[in-house]
Amino acid sequence: MSWLNKLMPARIRVREKGTSKRNVPEGLWVRCANCGTALYQPELTRNLEVCTKCGHHMPIGARARLAAFLDAGSGEEIGAELGPADPLRFKDSKKYRDRILAAQKETGERDALVAMRGTLYGEPVVACAFEFAFMGGSMGSVVGERFTLAAEDALARRAPLVCFSATGGARMQEGLLSLMQMAKTSAAIARLREAGVPYVSVLTHPTTGGVSASLGMLGDVNIGEPGALIGFAGPRVIEQTVRETLPPGFQRSEFLLEKGAIDLILDRREQRTRIARLLALLAKRPAPAIEAAAQTP
Amino acid sequence: MNPNVLDFEKPIADLEARLRELTLAGSGSAIDVDDEVRRLRQKIEAKTRQVFQNLSAWQIAQLARHPLRPYTLDYATLVFDEFEELAGDRAFADDPAIVGGPARLDGRPVMLIGQQKGRDTKQKIKRNFGMPKPEGYRKALRLMQMAGRFGLPVLTFIDTPGAYPGVGAEERGQSEAIARNLLEMSRLRVPIVATVIGEGGSGGALAIGVADATLMLEYATYSVISPEGCASILWKTAAKAADAAEALGLTARRLAELELIDRIVEEPLGGAHRDPKTTATRLKAALVEELERLDGLPADELLERRYARLRRHGAYEGG
Repeated sequence: MSWLNKLMPARIRVREKGTSKRNVPEGLWVRCANCGTALYQPELTRNLEVCTKCGHHMPIGARARLAAFLDAGSGEEIGAELGPADPLRFKDSKKYRDRILAAQKETGERDALVAMRGTLYGEPVVACAFEFAFMGGSMGSVVGERFTLAAEDALARRAPLVCFSATGGARMQEGLLSLMQMAKTSAAIARLREAGVPYVSVLTHPTTGGVSASLGMLGDVNIGEPGALIGFAGPRVIEQTVRETLPPGFQRSEFLLEKGAIDLILDRREQRTRIARLLALLAKRPAPAIEAAAQTP
Repeated sequence: MNPNVLDFEKPIADLEARLRELTLAGSGSAIDVDDEVRRLRQKIEAKTRQVFQNLSAWQIAQLARHPLRPYTLDYATLVFDEFEELAGDRAFADDPAIVGGPARLDGRPVMLIGQQKGRDTKQKIKRNFGMPKPEGYRKALRLMQMAGRFGLPVLTFIDTPGAYPGVGAEERGQSEAIARNLLEMSRLRVPIVATVIGEGGSGGALAIGVADATLMLEYATYSVISPEGCASILWKTAAKAADAAEALGLTARRLAELELIDRIVEEPLGGAHRDPKTTATRLKAALVEELERLDGLPADELLERRYARLRRHGAYEGG
C-alpha cells in the first residue's frame, strides 16, 4: 500500500481486483487488473465483474455467476449436503483438513463447485459453476460428485446442462480419487450425449489440467470467455519443457478459437441470452422471449 | 555408477557382481566353486527379500520407472501369441509414444493398446519418453473404436510420466484428446481391461485407462501428479518427492485398499525387470481370467456396470 493510500479513509481505498475477500463492503473502489481504471464495486458487480471501461473479465464467484445466469430466484441447489472428506489424511506443509477449513472460511462454500437446477427464460436447465477462490477451483470428490449429480439430474429431466469452469485441475490432496473424477464426470456427459440432452461448457479464466481434459472440453458447444487461459498443461510447465518463452496470447480463448478447440467466445454479459438462444435451437423450440434491454451488453 | 541400478538395489547388485566373478573364475579351472556359488545365490535371494520386504512409496515409484523395466512392446511379445502393430491417427501423425493393434491372447483375438517408452537414447527420443501427444490418444481411440466394430476386447497397458506438455500438443488439443477418450471409453461396447505396468502418470495415463477392470503390477504406480510435481507445488521443492510419494498413496497396495484398482499382479522377487518372463506369465494369467469374467455380459449390462464402477469413485461427507 502506498503512502497516499494509507492516508485515505478505508472506504475510498483503491484495491487490486482479485486480491480481495469475498464480501466486499459497499463503497469500495477496485482497480481493473488490465486498464488500471478505478471502478466502483457496486457498479462492477452489476456489470458481472467486467470492467466498464475496457471489458476485461475479472473473477466472479460461483454463486454470483449462477444468480446472473439463471432466472431470478429459480435456482435450487444440487448436492449442497456434500462436503469434503480426507481419504488419504493428506499432509504437506499444511494438513489438507486445514486447507479445506481455510478455503471454507474464505469463500463461504463447502467445496469448489456449486450446482443448481433452475430455469433459463422459463425453460428448465441445470447449471454449475466452479469457485476458483476455493483451493484454485480444484476438482476432488465433492466437485466430481456434484457435477455428476447435476448431469444425472439434467438427464432425468431432459434439461440441458451448462457448466462454467474456473480451475487449476485435479485436487492433488485427494490423490487418485481426484483423477477418477475426470472419468466419472466424462461418463456422465457421455450419457447426456447419447440421450440427446445438450451440454454447454463455458471455459473461464483459468481452466487447465484435469478439468480441461475432461468435462471442460466435452461440451456440445464449448464457449470461451474473452482472454481466458485454457489448456492442458499450465504455461510454466510448458516453458520448463520446451525451454523457450511462449508466444503472446498462447492458450488464451482467442488462440483456442483460431486453433479450432472452442466454438465461440462470449462476453460474460451476453452469455445468458446467447446460451438461451443456442439451447432453444438445439431443442427445436421457438427463440426465447428476450427483453430488448438484455440483448446489448 | 551403473544407471541401471537403483540406490537400494546396490547391495543386491554387488552380490551379483561377486557371483559373476566367481562363476567366471570357476569355469575352466580346477577349483570347485559350486558350494560358494550356492551360498552366494542364497545370500542374494535373502538380501533381495530383505530389501523388497519394506519398500517405501518413493522406492516403488523408482521401480515403476526402472530403466530395465519391461515396456508394452516387451509384453506384446512375452504375453501375446501375436501382435500386429497399426500406426497413425488418420488425421495428423503417428505417435510412437502409444502403440497398438490387434493381438492374440492365449488364442483369443484382442486389441492391445499401450504407452511405450524407449530403452536407449535414440528410442527414448523417438518415443518421447512415453509422453503421448494428442495424435497418440487419437490413434488409441481409433483402435478402440475398431475393436468395438469387430467385437474385440480392449487391453490397455499404462506406462507414462504423463501427457506431453508441449506447444504443439496444446495447439492440437491435448485436453480435448484426453477428454474425448474418457467419454468414448465409458461407452465402448466391448470389455476393457486396463493394466498399469509401470508409471501411471495422471490424465495422460487415464486417457487409456477407463475400464471394466483395472490391474496393477505390484511395483507400478498410479497417481494424479508425479511425486516431484506434487512436491514442487505443495512443498515448494522437488527434493520432497519422497514425502509426496508417501502422501499421494500411489502404490498398488494403497490403491487396492482404497478400492480404486481391482487386482494386483505380483511381480517376481526383485521386481519385473529381474524376471520379465515370469512377470509376463502372471500378467497373462490375470488378463485371461479378467476377460473370462467379463465374457458373456451383454453390452448394455457391461456399460451399466462400467458406469456404476466409475460412479463409486469418490470420498465425501454427507452422501
